Amino acid sequence: MSEAAGLEIRGLSKRFGGLEAVSRFDLTVAPGEIVGLIGPNGAGKTTVFHLIAGFHAPSEGTIRFEGRSLVGLKPHAICRLGLARTFQLVQPFAGLTTLENVMVAAFNRAREVDEARQEATRIVEFVGLGPRRDSPARHLTLADRKRLEVARGLATGPRLLLLDEVMSGLNPTEIEAIIGLIRRIHERGVSLLIIEHVMRAILALSHRLVVLHHGEKIADGAPAVVARDRRVIEAYLGDAAAEAAR
Amino acid sequence: MTWLFLQAVVSGLLLGGVYGLVASGLSLIFGVLRIINFAHGAVMMLGMYTSYWLFVLLGLDPYASILVTGPLFFAIGVVIQRVVIEPNRAAAEHNQLLLTLGVALVFENLALVLWQGDFRTVRTSYSGASFLVADVLVEVPRLIAAAGAVMIALALWAFLHTTDAGKAIRALSEEPEGAALVGIDVARVRGFAFGIGSACVAVAGALVTPFFYVAPDVGESFNIMAFVVVVLGGMGNFLGALLGGFIVGLAESLGAAFLPGSLKQLVVFGLFVVVLLLRPQGLFGGGRGR
Amino acid sequence: MAAVGARLAAGLALIGLAAVPPFLPKYGLEVLIGILFFAYLGTCWNILGGYGGQFSFGHAAFFGLGAYTSTLLLLRLGLTPWLGMLAGGAVAAGFGLFEGYLSFRYGLRGPYFSLVTLAFAEMLRVVAVNLKAVGSSLGLVVPSGSSVVAFEFAAKLPYYYVILAMTLLALAITRLIARSRMGYALAAIRENEDAAEASGVNALATKLTAMAVSSFLTALGGTFYAQYFAYIDPSLTFGPSISIQGLLPAIVGGAGTVLGPLLGAFVLTPISELTRAVLRGRAGADVMLYGVILILVISFLPNGLMGLRRSRRPAAERAT
Repeated sequence: MSEAAGLEIRGLSKRFGGLEAVSRFDLTVAPGEIVGLIGPNGAGKTTVFHLIAGFHAPSEGTIRFEGRSLVGLKPHAICRLGLARTFQLVQPFAGLTTLENVMVAAFNRAREVDEARQEATRIVEFVGLGPRRDSPARHLTLADRKRLEVARGLATGPRLLLLDEVMSGLNPTEIEAIIGLIRRIHERGVSLLIIEHVMRAILALSHRLVVLHHGEKIADGAPAVVARDRRVIEAYLGDAAAEAAR
Repeated sequence: MTWLFLQAVVSGLLLGGVYGLVASGLSLIFGVLRIINFAHGAVMMLGMYTSYWLFVLLGLDPYASILVTGPLFFAIGVVIQRVVIEPNRAAAEHNQLLLTLGVALVFENLALVLWQGDFRTVRTSYSGASFLVADVLVEVPRLIAAAGAVMIALALWAFLHTTDAGKAIRALSEEPEGAALVGIDVARVRGFAFGIGSACVAVAGALVTPFFYVAPDVGESFNIMAFVVVVLGGMGNFLGALLGGFIVGLAESLGAAFLPGSLKQLVVFGLFVVVLLLRPQGLFGGGRGR
Repeated sequence: MAAVGARLAAGLALIGLAAVPPFLPKYGLEVLIGILFFAYLGTCWNILGGYGGQFSFGHAAFFGLGAYTSTLLLLRLGLTPWLGMLAGGAVAAGFGLFEGYLSFRYGLRGPYFSLVTLAFAEMLRVVAVNLKAVGSSLGLVVPSGSSVVAFEFAAKLPYYYVILAMTLLALAITRLIARSRMGYALAAIRENEDAAEASGVNALATKLTAMAVSSFLTALGGTFYAQYFAYIDPSLTFGPSISIQGLLPAIVGGAGTVLGPLLGAFVLTPISELTRAVLRGRAGADVMLYGVILILVISFLPNGLMGLRRSRRPAAERAT
């Protein structure tokens, strides 16, 4: 495992006007790791994803993936380098079928339409959307749309996949299924950086947990340790207490 | 040279006042309905024809005809919104744009069919009146038009900020979901806003009839001007539209003074493109940007 | 089975389009040329507008550049319009890339993009009106006569076959793009540009490619116009009228489908001709009717006439 492999973020900051959404954030994801990124609402987690994936430019800091700097690159270029992301609010190509949705992403690795179709079909089966292959994406249930998001990310052939609250809005059965899917993805050799609010899932899946609060990292370690960290509990309870006091 | 410059400034500000009124209507419509109304110029043109016919058939002075034009085109605007635009609220953005384009085509060509393409003019007793202010020529009809336009725009601003109906419009502009939750009849307000916007631009048409030619295509140039002004002033920014009107009027007028032929339009379009690219939220902000 | 039926129908239509015209009366041939001309323009526009989802209201810019470039090259240098056409296409593609780059690079989307294309077309019109070298508002007269090399025909029939060939070419290119990798990229961008980028689609490059193809082909139509009508001026070639009449067939027929613009032209142009014949001397009645049709189509058939079919073709070819 060379140092240059994986994701390496140092001193990442993002200011919107006067608001500092992310502050001096460090993070590494080594090849083969599943890292959970958690924190109360508004902590800046999705902003971090936007920064990594090229949708926002950082105010400060470096982001390196496999030794290459990602800062300043357009999202599609970052995707080509092997890093894919999903969106918190699912964004299917509504007018295309499930398969066609995935084909768009599959063109990252395939040059020809037939190749892309084959690759996309494989991925569609892998995530369990086989029966829905030719349905227009707008007809999919929420759970299936989430799978589609994941499928699209996978089809680009990433070595690191960023999942943004892929379990939100799902019932316990669907959540179990996604947990299984994530494990299968990991088995294929893809590293994962996961934002999640469903605690038991993220605790079960992650090798390491990173906690973000008001844009700052307040903990980084093994899930069992982080879960008992006083600052982390306060951050979550503090939020809950503030809610209760209102 | 300074004289030319001053003359251009005065002319520009005078016409700019009218652009401001036209643009205020467009801005209001955009603020509330979130559509760029391609039929705006065509409504102005119809307002001009209304003034023309009232003058020719009834001897009604164009300025007096505002009392007819205003309410008439308010009603027409409400009808257009209710019948054509409201049913298609959920349509794709570009389709809604095409809808207003369709309305524009219907209006412009209806005028062409009914009244042919000949230029018509309204000559009132004061059409040629003018006076000098330190060697700078000020034409009376243009002055009245500018003053009238600014007064109406300000009256509209007051309406938006003091009356309940006006506040409902502003609420819908700024917070569409909140407005519905608070119990505002949003469909009605939308029709109302489109009506007011149309009334504004039709009245602007009545105001310029004493010194502008009347023809089916006259709306087109005002349309483009209105777009430029609204983008410059910030889509949905009402006062910005007024100020933007003056700026565009000045730019056009200075362009006319120092560039040959009709190249003045290049100044305006150039300004348009530059603002769209560099500051799409408008010079005064508050616009929706891209 | 349905695919075979469709192919048969297409084959018959093609044979009909090729074989029937020599037997048509002069007026009928004129109308057919008009239909194909607007079908051609609509198809060119469709590549950027229907497939790419970028609704240009200023395609007249490319049309005019094509018409003026080939005509000026013919009048000043004696260059055959067949080559002048290609030069016009190159100029238009260049302008399209310039316009497109500025717009897309600065993130102009939706109505703002439409407005900026309108502005650019108007700017070119104003320049043409004020430039003596290109005839200003008097325009340019294209020599007419009978010389294949000079793209001049005494009869109308040869013009028909030229526009037929151009239309088939444009349709073929559209089909090729729709079924290719680029077609999928365009569909993704049209549906959701951010999600497309996140899936690895280079939105800027894809849109610029569509723009270049669309503008190049539109310019060829400009040259055809110049040679067929033997006269061009700024408002005919750069004016909003040609921009609008170029996109209407695509919208009415079905943006984002291969045959939509052709279908739209076959519906709109005869209606226009009929209206003008019935209401003699009433200029504008036909365009007014276009306005009504546009409103009706958007309101009741947002996917155009093609939306009425159950389409079994890949959705990448369909608009939403």
